[in-house]
Amino acid sequence: MEYFLQQLINGLTLGSIYGLIAIGYTMVYGIIGMINFAHGDIFMVGAFVSLIVFLILLSIGVTFIPLALLIVLVVAMVVTSAYGWTVERLAYRPLRSSFRLAPLITAIGMSIFLENYVQVVQGARVKTLQPVITGGYTIMEGNGFTVQLSNIQIIIMILTVALMGIFSWIIAKTPLGRAQRACEQDRLMAGLLGVNVDRTISLTFVIGAALAAVAGLMFLLYYGVIDFYIGFVAGIKAFTAAVLGGIGSLPGAMLGGLIIGLIETFWSAYFTIEYKDVAAFSMLAIVLIFMPSGLLGKPEVEKV
Amino acid sequence: MTGTNAKKGRFAAALKEAAMAALLAAVLASFLLGVRTIPAEGGLSFYYRPMWFAVAVAGVFFGRLFLRLIWWRGDRTTPKLYDKFTSSLGGITEGWGKYLGPVVIIGAFLLPFVASRYVIDTSILILTYILLGWGLNVVVGLAGLLDLGYVAFYAVGAYAYALLGTHFGLSFWVVLPLAGILAATWGMILGFPVLRLRGDYLAIVTLAFGEIIRIILLNWYKVTNGPDGISGIPRPTFFGLQFKRFGEHTFHQFFGIPYSPMHRLIFMFYIILLLALLTSYVTNRLRRLPVGRAWEAMREDEIACRALGINTTNTKLTAFAIGAFFGGLGGSFFATRQGFISPESFTFIESAIILAIVVLGGMGSQIGVAIAAIVMIGGFEVFREAAQYRMLIFGLLMVVIMVWKPRGLVSGRMPTIFLGKERKSVSGDLVKEGEG
Repeated sequence: MEYFLQQLINGLTLGSIYGLIAIGYTMVYGIIGMINFAHGDIFMVGAFVSLIVFLILLSIGVTFIPLALLIVLVVAMVVTSAYGWTVERLAYRPLRSSFRLAPLITAIGMSIFLENYVQVVQGARVKTLQPVITGGYTIMEGNGFTVQLSNIQIIIMILTVALMGIFSWIIAKTPLGRAQRACEQDRLMAGLLGVNVDRTISLTFVIGAALAAVAGLMFLLYYGVIDFYIGFVAGIKAFTAAVLGGIGSLPGAMLGGLIIGLIETFWSAYFTIEYKDVAAFSMLAIVLIFMPSGLLGKPEVEKV
Repeated sequence: MTGTNAKKGRFAAALKEAAMAALLAAVLASFLLGVRTIPAEGGLSFYYRPMWFAVAVAGVFFGRLFLRLIWWRGDRTTPKLYDKFTSSLGGITEGWGKYLGPVVIIGAFLLPFVASRYVIDTSILILTYILLGWGLNVVVGLAGLLDLGYVAFYAVGAYAYALLGTHFGLSFWVVLPLAGILAATWGMILGFPVLRLRGDYLAIVTLAFGEIIRIILLNWYKVTNGPDGISGIPRPTFFGLQFKRFGEHTFHQFFGIPYSPMHRLIFMFYIILLLALLTSYVTNRLRRLPVGRAWEAMREDEIACRALGINTTNTKLTAFAIGAFFGGLGGSFFATRQGFISPESFTFIESAIILAIVVLGGMGSQIGVAIAAIVMIGGFEVFREAAQYRMLIFGLLMVVIMVWKPRGLVSGRMPTIFLGKERKSVSGDLVKEGEG
């Protein structure tokens, strides 16, 4: 029981991170119907930028951790958003009217580029960061096993819920969100009615990248180890989460993220840790085959 | 007077644009390029790298200025000469192009007599990728199904030979067809559940399958020996004759010639050349059969296909299986050439390289795929020193070529069926790609 509860907490934390990345996939898929294959690597860039900014802050004497983390968060979001915007501008926008698989192929190219770019400029070795946020609470004790809820886990979950709230509000209430939903339904018509389609799509990428940056920072703080390759696997899992929740649906992405996080954690805890990725990938295949519209998605109607 | 004003205006606009681009580059480069993290005692340390940062920003500024003022001047698009060249490649059976194929093949057969060891070695590598490219071309180019896990079938073929060859002592020539059939079976097993999916979903699921197979190879110690791989894979024999310096039944003894390590290399070269030609021949034949026509019809419009009574599931499955079959052949050859395989050779990046060869070469065009393989793998070899940078450039090239020529380098498309006597190649730009 105690072990189960601990795994539940760990799974929810991991799921929060996947959920934040999944939002980027789901929004982009909703609006232009493409899989932004490079999104996982945007998350990786976010983690690296967070790490570097944090190191700089420490070296110039900003040692008050909450302030430092706030600055890291803002700077990482801005820089990573710039990456998201640039990727869209260079690799996807020129191919918007091309055939469907063309942007997917440039996305793969971009993903390879970003991975190797970070490898070249920052080196291939893993980067480790000492635990920044320590401490936590003991929730339960029994059978010689203590259930811990660490501070970092609390922060990750609260931050995720807060961001979810903010972005749901943006999509539901603001002009940007309205434009986004309009583009999702019919890009041509939205354009005719005066919505700046290119700008809306760009902003979608920017928002997705900003959330990925937050996820990157969380990943860095939670695990303390990053390398240039983390984006690939995390990206596929987050995409699985987006599909599981129903692609195009924001709450769905979050829900999917949590489920994938839980599956992965429980699989590692009760079965074999080596095959945890197999569990997540099989989940992807199973979901796509048996319920391609996901848990909260709308079934897609094929138009001729 | 207005002329100079317009010129000035253009220059000012270009300058502004370049400044914006440089600003963006400054944001992008700020932390990743401008700071380098290094492992240090008790965590990480870093140093500033202002030169890299400055070079990147300046490079973007002047690059943008150059593009704006010189390259994108007027409405000049791609050079005319290039289009002519590629359209003649697309319609290879017209005019002088008719002789190009045979000439290249004869040239390839004569190559070992003139080339050095290094050239033959590289040619073997290139031919392996041509074989894989042609195999994947069946799936991606003809049937229009994006397969991101092609390397899984390559792995199945390689491990099939490695395991059967080392444990049961089966010869390469026995295992070769077996490996192909095994890979094709895997293609059908994996393909069957997922082929109802739409294009990009299919792509991701095949990617997931590719990764699953790699993870299994990595962790199934008992059979695959995990990350340590399998070594001592037997080499192929020439009608039972071995390519060894000593021992019974050796090639040089039988023919009464002095031993040379080149013999085996040349033999390998001919094996892969014949395998590649076989792939090409079979594919070209299949294209003229109903199943091949169904592939191409499905690529163009899946819904219309279904309306016409074509069983799209079976059609996709055959494309998948045949593509996988050639992948298996390639894998077996890879295993016997290397003598050692490990899961590291079958990562996603391998799939991406093969896919890039197919897509950038022009989907469906065999000549294009061959050219792309030569350029890409040859390029990798040339830049072997700069191993770190070549994948960087590879990713960038994938984007640039795709944006510049979304149909691939050789985008002309020869219809397999036509009215009357006239047979024209269709420019790729005129063909609307199916959604599948």
